[in-house]
Amino acid sequence: MLEALLFLPLCAGLLMLAVGNAALCRGLLPLTGLAHAALSLLTAARVAHGETPTALGGLLAPDPLGALFLTLASLLFLAASIYALAYLREEESIEERTCIQDGRSFTNAPERRFTACLCFFLAAMSLVTTTPHLGALWVGIEATTLSSAPLIYFHRHQRSLEATWKYLIICSVGIALALLGNILLSVAFYAPAGGGGSEMPAGDMNQMGWFIQHAHTAAQPWLKAAFIFLLVGYGTKMGLAPLHNWLPDAHSQAPSLVSALLSGALLNCALLGILRGHQITLAAGLGGFSGGLLVFFGLLSLITAAIFIVGQGHYKRLLAYSSVEHMGILALGTGLGGLAAQGALLHAVCHSLTKCMLFLLAGNILARYHTFSSYDVRGLRWIMPVTGALWTAGFLAIAGSPPFGVFVSEFLILKGMLAGGSYGVAVVYLTTLAIIFVGMSVAVLRMVQGNRPADMPQNQREALLNVLPPLVLGLAVLTLGLCVPDWLWHFLQRGAALIGG
Amino acid sequence: MTTLLPTILFLLLLNNLVLLGMSRLRGLIRLTAFQGILLTALLLCLDHALLAGAVLLIKGLLLPGLLMRTRKGLHAATSLKPRLHRGLGILAGMAGLVFSLWLEARLLILPDLFPPLLLPTALTTLFCGLILVVGRTTALSQVIGYLVAENGIFLLGVPLMTAGAVWFELALLLDVFVAVFVMGIAIHHIGETFESIDVGRFRSLRD
Repeated sequence: MLEALLFLPLCAGLLMLAVGNAALCRGLLPLTGLAHAALSLLTAARVAHGETPTALGGLLAPDPLGALFLTLASLLFLAASIYALAYLREEESIEERTCIQDGRSFTNAPERRFTACLCFFLAAMSLVTTTPHLGALWVGIEATTLSSAPLIYFHRHQRSLEATWKYLIICSVGIALALLGNILLSVAFYAPAGGGGSEMPAGDMNQMGWFIQHAHTAAQPWLKAAFIFLLVGYGTKMGLAPLHNWLPDAHSQAPSLVSALLSGALLNCALLGILRGHQITLAAGLGGFSGGLLVFFGLLSLITAAIFIVGQGHYKRLLAYSSVEHMGILALGTGLGGLAAQGALLHAVCHSLTKCMLFLLAGNILARYHTFSSYDVRGLRWIMPVTGALWTAGFLAIAGSPPFGVFVSEFLILKGMLAGGSYGVAVVYLTTLAIIFVGMSVAVLRMVQGNRPADMPQNQREALLNVLPPLVLGLAVLTLGLCVPDWLWHFLQRGAALIGG
Repeated sequence: MTTLLPTILFLLLLNNLVLLGMSRLRGLIRLTAFQGILLTALLLCLDHALLAGAVLLIKGLLLPGLLMRTRKGLHAATSLKPRLHRGLGILAGMAGLVFSLWLEARLLILPDLFPPLLLPTALTTLFCGLILVVGRTTALSQVIGYLVAENGIFLLGVPLMTAGAVWFELALLLDVFVAVFVMGIAIHHIGETFESIDVGRFRSLRD
């Protein structure tokens, strides 16, 4: 069953490339999403019951942490694939495409390549989240970069090309540094022959388990160096400041459903890479060192995001910087450990759902208004009532106001901070959150309020497939804010227990 | 066979510094191919025959071939003024070499793991790759920089390879191959869209 998580999207993608029929691609995409979501929910349920499903000789063996991110990625993919049906139909109907920003005409990449790359992207994320082997994790994360680069360049114009190039080069070099981290990790665990230490048995895929079990024998300076490189490498991909440069560009230029997946699913996968390193340093008694670094980069990301969100006129960039902010919060929470780590995992769930919802809505707005500027979008509540209402709700959710899930998770992280006595961190955390709330509310409310532009037809219906996925995601975040089901909470606690929570 | 090892490492170091001084793309690509061949020789010295074959195929033949094809397909000018002056680039590479030698002298904790000179060579290769990525403005030389940096990391991983992990090294090589392939396609598009592969012109996306 686990194999299917990997091979189902892979085969679906290959089939799309081979056949290339638009009807087949569009039919297969949501079916793949649905089947994958069902499989990953099943896997998560098995992991939650304490089983450890394994496949491919142990290459795939998800733990609670991996299963959580797998399920998130899979559910988001399902939402995005349903949204894609309406999106692709609309794209096909456009006869002449011109770049919104510079007015030059452009073409789209072939549709089958787009849907196939979406499937490959899902397969790569499945590998990242289910494997206990750090090398395979690295290969998977590099594969996510390569499969998502063509997705960003779906609209073939200069700006998207520029964003794609930055994404490719910055992330590839970053991930190469993470590979160096992997090598340093092996050096740290290297036992000279006959020196009394044990060597990892050849062919054993459960690298994480072995590393954690033997963490006390590792050479600490090398372990520290390894964690730094893992943090810098995967941190680039995760969008931690100051390594986040590619993120706003890629998120703003990619089609909205791709931005939704990048932000909601991919950034979590990169976080998982860092958390794997953190697990090992925790086991080696260096939790204070790695936690401290995570807290530092978390705070730096929060501050950077706050600076760029205030006065940001480009609403997709606004959402991208909000992702930098939330990745900062995740790093902060996991770095602090304890209750904050549990809160951070809940936050990962709530952020993914909300951000996916917001990016899909941003796609609706972009399709209707043909502008990226939040100054030019007016009267959203008259022109697109459903999208407008959801956009406001989504903003309230992402900014952390009750009764949405993000509020609960951010509050838990705060409680964890106070319980741990990190008052200085709490002050910076609350201040930046307040600044970001104000900065985002200005832009979002400006878009929703106001009179409708005179040249905008009023009674154009919103397609069901355009609003249904964001609506469902929004309801999920609302539910998580009202009550976190016991089973989910237990599952999160089991995941957090792996990272010192 | 191991007597050849220092010679190969020395040639790699030299190759790196020449790489930094090279201005023409054709020369850069040839030097990368040479680097791939040197890595193959090194793997043969250390008795990793299967991997040596894969490295020769991918790093020695396929990737340089791919880059050469991409270069030929470009109509734009391919020799551009680097962002960082070439002399400065070489100086930075030498500084990297000195730093790596100093680091090796300090890290004498695992003498039996790394053969002498391997660690400084690997680190210098990594540094030179990064200098190429940062210091050059053509998209193609950035890819070459990425490839060189990856060679450095690969070199560092060679002494740690075990018989059971060959599948991982092969997966890694495949990944790098696909990466350069995708980058090659992107460069092709950049050449068509911008009529230049000067990434210094990428200025439209910023806050």
